Amino acid sequence: MIAFWVLAAMLIASAVWTIVAKKPVYSVVALLLNFATLAVLYVTLSAEFLAVIQIIVYSGAILVLFVFVIALLGSGVAPFPTGPNRLPKIWLPAGLFTLAAFGFLIYAVSNVKMAAAPATGAVGNANVFGSVADFGKALFTVQLLPFEATGLVLMVAVIGVITLGGEQMSDAEAQQSRMRADRAVREAILREGKG
Amino acid sequence: MPLWLEVLIKSVILLFVVVTSFAYAMLAERKILGWMQLRPGPNRVGPWGLLQPAADAAKLMLKEDLTPETADPLLYKLAPFISLLTAFSVYAIIPFGASASGQTWAIGNVNAGILLILAIGSLGVYGICLGGWASGSKYPLLGSVRSTAQMISYELAMSLSFVGVLILAGTTSLDGIVNAQARWWFVLPQFVGCMIYVITAVAETNRAPFDLVEAETELVAGFHTEYSGLRFGLFFIAEYVNMLTVSCIATLLFFGGWNAPLHLTFIPGVAWFVIKVACFMFFYMWLRATLPRLRYDRLMAFGWKILLPLATLNLVVTAIVVAYTG
Repeated sequence: MIAFWVLAAMLIASAVWTIVAKKPVYSVVALLLNFATLAVLYVTLSAEFLAVIQIIVYSGAILVLFVFVIALLGSGVAPFPTGPNRLPKIWLPAGLFTLAAFGFLIYAVSNVKMAAAPATGAVGNANVFGSVADFGKALFTVQLLPFEATGLVLMVAVIGVITLGGEQMSDAEAQQSRMRADRAVREAILREGKG
Repeated sequence: MPLWLEVLIKSVILLFVVVTSFAYAMLAERKILGWMQLRPGPNRVGPWGLLQPAADAAKLMLKEDLTPETADPLLYKLAPFISLLTAFSVYAIIPFGASASGQTWAIGNVNAGILLILAIGSLGVYGICLGGWASGSKYPLLGSVRSTAQMISYELAMSLSFVGVLILAGTTSLDGIVNAQARWWFVLPQFVGCMIYVITAVAETNRAPFDLVEAETELVAGFHTEYSGLRFGLFFIAEYVNMLTVSCIATLLFFGGWNAPLHLTFIPGVAWFVIKVACFMFFYMWLRATLPRLRYDRLMAFGWKILLPLATLNLVVTAIVVAYTG
């Protein structure tokens, strides 16, 4: 129980840090901390597989891409310029919405019939609730349809990305000529001294 | 003995062993590179240069620790520790041997062992990419961007090469995988998977011929150009410890772990484990002395167009064979 409160406090603190950090890279580091804490929380809830996948997929792949993009875009270490402060207009509706959602959540949780908690062995053993074997069995039997549907959705997303971003790849000739034109412009700039 | 004391004692012993092996792996690499290039290698400090690691450590500790003006101070100082932390924490779950009663020698024995190793390994890239970014200078930035792309690309093929082994062993725990190899090492049925793993492991540890991250002919020293003194030393330790780790994983997954070959059981299992790991370490040093560095676009094309489809094919074939032969 102590572990839960410590982890919960860390989760919320790192989530807040993610939003308020001035530099995007610090947001990523905070989010990394957040994901790692969440993984530990999963372990305490005997969701071993989910914890490991949380690290591999979110921290190991998706967040790395965030860092990649930030490294390519924001070459300087200076923070982004602050935009207009929109907080005064939004805080009342946002607060009301949050309270309503929270109330709805509490209502839902207090009214749901709790199924008997599955018998859990020690986390980290084979064939207990939340272990790799247990998760795999559930994924490929009871949850097969949602699992395959998710796979299909991701596939659509991948195809979409390739259609949108792969134009240059399919048209190598045009890209070559574009690169030649770019080069000619750059050389002209070099000759003239400035653009 | 309470659990925390047991874990503490095991951790201290293991830390000592790993750090010592790092020091002598580094010396061995310099010696082997020297011999392969027909020169003696370090031979001044102590007999046969055996005290060279101590001299190197003293030098790194005494050197000035510089922080560039353009650097982001917090992340710049934090990055080497991220690298080191992820490099060492893998050893919490790597088993080195088993007693006669079947008790595994490891700090912790978790059921999702191999997945946990993948998870910790996937965090290793942060040390490099944050360190390179936080240096606030162009060569480290280029090095870290390269490393991010390279590690993400090769991690996919690496994970897929693990799955073939998992299908054959029917478990994700590392001692279960080793026990499943009591008769046949998985390098035989999973030869393609083993090759893919060995290649991707070189890329994951940023070693030659995939050391584009610190290609000195183009990027000075890549992501650690700005680092000096002990902070550079930490990156250096992390690189060698990662080499040790991938050698351990290759031994555990494909070469029978502590199982003795040809019934040579009079040599204890731990010794076999160490011998196999040492062979892999030598192999990686050999590669460095022999192969020229790949061009960057070829490296990426090789990862995505050859290794990944091959790993997928290997996985599908393994799954079909196991499904039909049970």
